[in-house]
Amino acid sequence: MQRIDIIRRVAERDGLIIANIGFPARELFSVQDRPGNFYMLGSMGLASSIGLGLALSQARPVYVIEGDGALLMNLGSLATIAREAPPNLCLVIVDNRVYGSTGNPPTARAGATDLAALARAAGCARVLEAEDEQQLQTALEGFSAGLTVIVAHAEPGNADVTIIELSPLEIKNRFMQHLQAG
Amino acid sequence: MTIDRQIVDSIERAGVDLVCSVPCNLLGAVMQLLDAGRVRHVPVTREEEGVGIAAGAALAGRRTLLLMQNSGLGNCVNALASLTGLYELPLFLLMSHRGGERERILAQKPMGQAAPRVLDALGIPYDVIATLNDCIRLEEALRATYAESRMRAAFLQPELWSCSA
Repeated sequence: MQRIDIIRRVAERDGLIIANIGFPARELFSVQDRPGNFYMLGSMGLASSIGLGLALSQARPVYVIEGDGALLMNLGSLATIAREAPPNLCLVIVDNRVYGSTGNPPTARAGATDLAALARAAGCARVLEAEDEQQLQTALEGFSAGLTVIVAHAEPGNADVTIIELSPLEIKNRFMQHLQAG
Repeated sequence: MTIDRQIVDSIERAGVDLVCSVPCNLLGAVMQLLDAGRVRHVPVTREEEGVGIAAGAALAGRRTLLLMQNSGLGNCVNALASLTGLYELPLFLLMSHRGGERERILAQKPMGQAAPRVLDALGIPYDVIATLNDCIRLEEALRATYAESRMRAAFLQPELWSCSA
């Protein structure tokens, strides 16, 4: 499974999407640009936190496309997410063991770290792993049951996609208008 | 009325919806009063995490505040610039200001002295709250933050709590 395969499955869902900086955001923009997508252009490591704040503040489902390298920058987020446990948050961790947007050097995950075990130990009750698209689809369909963490194992590599042709304010304004319109 | 009550009243009157916090000794009573009130309080593991949570809440139109020691400002500089600032989201940074003349913990001094200049470098305006009367400015600054959709900050000076460090 490639990252863009995971993103394609998430984009089929009805909900808001927070996309991690770099290729995850660019691949989402390429797969399906829509007002309910929030593309991170900076602040690496904060995708899961942005998703948590959004999920706590409104009722629509929130999907976060996170990476293993980015999550490792902000591991405390798993503990906060487990304590707050918003039922409308689905954290999808693309676990490809490399920093894909900076030339693919290995993350610490390339060692022995088990991200699903970390999420469980942090207190997240519903943690699923997906090795292929079928398992991912099943995991995504089970999300209605409450706070869900999905560790999606992926091959390293980026799709050949364009840059995001939107300014930060365009991304924000249409996202907020989309939310206000219900 | 205690200074802690005044601070929390200002936060509540300005319509703040969400406070993310990392503890400081000086802010203990403020956090307890917040927990007893109507504002949602989310303690976080690191200040930068709070910047992220606040940004997500601000996207949903919420009024957000990050409550921390000035040392925490150093932990969230990039996020303030490349998330909150880049997308022009409102966020109020309310900090206890350690490291002043009466500070007995030497390690508080370097960041205490640097913090105002860090805010200057980021282009974030701030107030220094040193007396009970200054608290009036706190509520005005909070209201301006959300009205103008930008970042502002305030330093709470230790002398506000007369018996503190």
